[in-house]
Amino acid sequence: MSGNLATVSYIGAIILFILSLGGLSNPETSRRGNLYGMIGMALAVLATIFGPRVTTAGIPWIIGAMVVGGSVGLYAAKVVKMTQMPELVALMHSLVGLAACLVGFASYIDTSIQFTGAEKSIHEMEIYIGILIGAVTFSGSLIAFGKLNGKIGGAPLLLPARHWLNLIGLLVVIWFGREFINAHSISEGMTPLIVMTVIALLFGIHMVMAIGGADMPVVVSMLNSYSGWAAAATGFMLSNDLLIVVGALVGSSGAILSYIMCRAMNRNFISVIAGGFGTGGGTPAPKGEAAQPAGEVVAVSATETAELLKEAKSVIIVPGYGMAVAQAQHTVYEITRHLREKGVNIRFGIHPVAGRMPGHMNVLLAEAKVPYDIVMEMDELNEDFPDTDVAMVIGANDIVNPAAQDDPTSPIAGMPVLEVWKAKTSIVMKRSMASGYAGVDNPLFYKENNRMLFGDAKKMLDEVLVALKS
Amino acid sequence: MALTIGVPRETLPGEKRVATVPEVVEKLIKLGFSVAVESGAGDAANCSDDSYRAAGAQVVEGAAKLWAGSDIVFKVGVPTTEEVGLLREGGTLIGFVWPAQNPDLMQQLAAKKATVLAIDSLPRQLSRAQKMDALTSQAGVAGYRAVIEAANAFGRFFNGQITAAGKVPPAKVFIAGAGVAGLAAIGTAAGLGAIVRANDTRAEVADQVVSLGGEFVKVDYEEEGSGGGGYAKVMSEGFQQAQREMYAKQAREVDIIITTALIPGKPAPRLITAEMVQSMKPGSVIVDMAAERGGNCELTEPGKAVVKHGVTIVGYTDLNSRLAKQSSTLYATNLFRLTEELCKTKDGIIDVNMEDDAIRGLTVVKDGEVTWPPPAPKLPAAATAAKPAAAPAQAAKKGHGHGAASEPMAGNKLAIMFGVAAALFWFVGANAPAAFLAHFTVFVLACFVGYMVVWNVTPALHTPLMSVTNAISSIIAIGALVQIAPPLAGGMPPDQWIRWLAVGGIVLTAVNMFGGFAVTQRMLAMFRK
Repeated sequence: MSGNLATVSYIGAIILFILSLGGLSNPETSRRGNLYGMIGMALAVLATIFGPRVTTAGIPWIIGAMVVGGSVGLYAAKVVKMTQMPELVALMHSLVGLAACLVGFASYIDTSIQFTGAEKSIHEMEIYIGILIGAVTFSGSLIAFGKLNGKIGGAPLLLPARHWLNLIGLLVVIWFGREFINAHSISEGMTPLIVMTVIALLFGIHMVMAIGGADMPVVVSMLNSYSGWAAAATGFMLSNDLLIVVGALVGSSGAILSYIMCRAMNRNFISVIAGGFGTGGGTPAPKGEAAQPAGEVVAVSATETAELLKEAKSVIIVPGYGMAVAQAQHTVYEITRHLREKGVNIRFGIHPVAGRMPGHMNVLLAEAKVPYDIVMEMDELNEDFPDTDVAMVIGANDIVNPAAQDDPTSPIAGMPVLEVWKAKTSIVMKRSMASGYAGVDNPLFYKENNRMLFGDAKKMLDEVLVALKS
Repeated sequence: MALTIGVPRETLPGEKRVATVPEVVEKLIKLGFSVAVESGAGDAANCSDDSYRAAGAQVVEGAAKLWAGSDIVFKVGVPTTEEVGLLREGGTLIGFVWPAQNPDLMQQLAAKKATVLAIDSLPRQLSRAQKMDALTSQAGVAGYRAVIEAANAFGRFFNGQITAAGKVPPAKVFIAGAGVAGLAAIGTAAGLGAIVRANDTRAEVADQVVSLGGEFVKVDYEEEGSGGGGYAKVMSEGFQQAQREMYAKQAREVDIIITTALIPGKPAPRLITAEMVQSMKPGSVIVDMAAERGGNCELTEPGKAVVKHGVTIVGYTDLNSRLAKQSSTLYATNLFRLTEELCKTKDGIIDVNMEDDAIRGLTVVKDGEVTWPPPAPKLPAAATAAKPAAAPAQAAKKGHGHGAASEPMAGNKLAIMFGVAAALFWFVGANAPAAFLAHFTVFVLACFVGYMVVWNVTPALHTPLMSVTNAISSIIAIGALVQIAPPLAGGMPPDQWIRWLAVGGIVLTAVNMFGGFAVTQRMLAMFRK
């Protein structure tokens, strides 16, 4: 296959990738979108293998590597539970980051294409930046994986003077970057490159360690963005437009997701990355005396909850991370189906940051066979709460906290929340009275029309279901 | 000095309403105004002179004296030539004017150097204006009264009953047009126990009909009939044909028809033909609320109730006056809310602020100058202008590698963004070689494409989006592939290091490639209706 043919195949692949992302605008077209992505990928890989830059000697190697990697990937995709999706995604980001590093190093020691003058400097700068982004993505994603997995504690680790540490790291990286570009031979340039890689790895670890559990949706989408930029940098490095385009697509996708997540938490991106939210002890929450909610908590039993649901005409369920932890989505679906058969208008209200990654709740509910047309975004049904008989909150806290609207001194003031307290009755399912990740007490629990159903979400919902059916 | 609000007695024959009631007089006085009422103004609406006096108003004998002593006049009906003659030079008049239908009146008012606020010209689409919306409040009263008139003329119960003397079926009521009057009629008739059906060319009102206890009858034809500003528009011929068939069917079935269909600036649409009337059961009733504008029924005689083909056709044009106390109270409250808007300082002085969208729309003559029709409200235009301006700014920002997009930003911030972007582009353009620039172009454009495409992704699919972008980013495999066995330059043996690095890269990206697509496929398969 000639170089030109490979190039046009790349263009075809680019179009297919864009169509693939475009397909995701609607669940109906999304499956086809994914198919476009697969075809695009196959096209790109085959065009490269049969293209002018790969000789037949490499094909056995490629097949071997593909088979090993592919089977691992397919196995992982098959066994992963939907509640573990955030972990899987984070782990995959780290692989992209590592691959970008490896390709960067290989490209540096590769002497088959010679550059001179400004082009050489630019090429080396591209390698340097590519490895930098790749290394940050790699270590950051690994830590994010650990945190999501529970292997590393969710609380943010805040080193003293951490911003200074980062700044010093950046300066060192810039200094070694100069050294690297001025290096005359490959072995001479290797030292700065390795030092930089180590610093980048440490920086990635440090960055994600400092971010609390509730900010994970932002981190995951940010790392998604980084993995894209890493691909784009690799594209510059290898003068390959396909990589540049795909990297830019993925990069902007991740960036938009981060932006949406930040907006949903009413925080700006820098403050999330700077870390320190949901610390409990780290940053003392500025709790004024006015913030202490007054009133009594009314606990109910599962049977009483079932009674309330039976009498309701319209119900909105607000799921949170707690539902994922308790694996309660299937029971939720059973309850939903039961109530729908009785003609109850039941819907789900999803907060953009509910769960540990963007769209996490939607995937869980879809797994439990909840039809997606009754799963609504916050903005779609927030105005409907006053007409709702029962709002049921399952394992969510901060996203239904009225203090975000009422109490300007609250740490989450201004964050958009689901207004469950406007429903005639709200039921909050929780394990205990502990506060959410933001460490903020929730005045909702003390409202007159609120009921608390304490206990493990799955167990309680099972009891509710039994009571409903009887 | 505090201004005096004058309330004359309405002079049009049959008009029983009055522009303010004693309860509202008190509130007006609290705003700092003094209030004068013509003797006997409220008699027909059960508001005696004494009750006005008790509320703190001054009662004045004779129209001439009242008009001469008032800075602001509150009226209900359109002012007559004589009344305009009585209006003080430079005075203010608030009431129904209908500037489109009464050009002569507008000229007379302008000649008087008057300021006129036509309550009928209120921009109804502003939610803030609802409290002042006299058209709505009056239509609601009329809708209620229409049902009462129908009940009066109808020889049976509205609600179904099972009595010792036998079973009584409920009355069936059909309401044409579900505007404010129609909705009020639906609520009233349903409250009396009738089976209520309603139709409107605007499909979006169906929910409101149902919420009031009615049943929405669809016309079997696809066309949207919203004409802006909450009114209906004229429909196509095909639609009208389907509509006529639906009306004919309803006419045969129901006992009572109440029609409320109006199109602004046009005669009322003819919905009920003579044949349809003939096909109705004897003793049925039609209340034609559009009688004043020619009627929705062919046989309507405006102002009268007549019996034709055994069907009573009520064409009263004074439904509001038939419920004068209620209409007056609501109207007085509307005017009071308007006065509040005009007098925010609560010192009895009005300020006709032409910057305020609601007041700008209301004001049809300002100090002798005709200011009607008003310019289109400016709000929606500004919103659409701001949106596209913000979009390129965000994309431009990502163009040079920042991780996050930002809030929709203000103009000066936007300018800084563009400045920074321009400087960066200049820097790149000045220093980079041509080969790099070609790639850079591709990169920036791809960022834009990504931006456009990804904003369309529905939030429900954000997780699949992440896993599919993840799979796609394994395109880095290409980088590894080209290094594994490149064509040898100058007979050099391939470096083993490169090979092993490349193999490692391929393994890692293959995990992603296959795993990412597979897991996305698995997830997407779960999304179902």
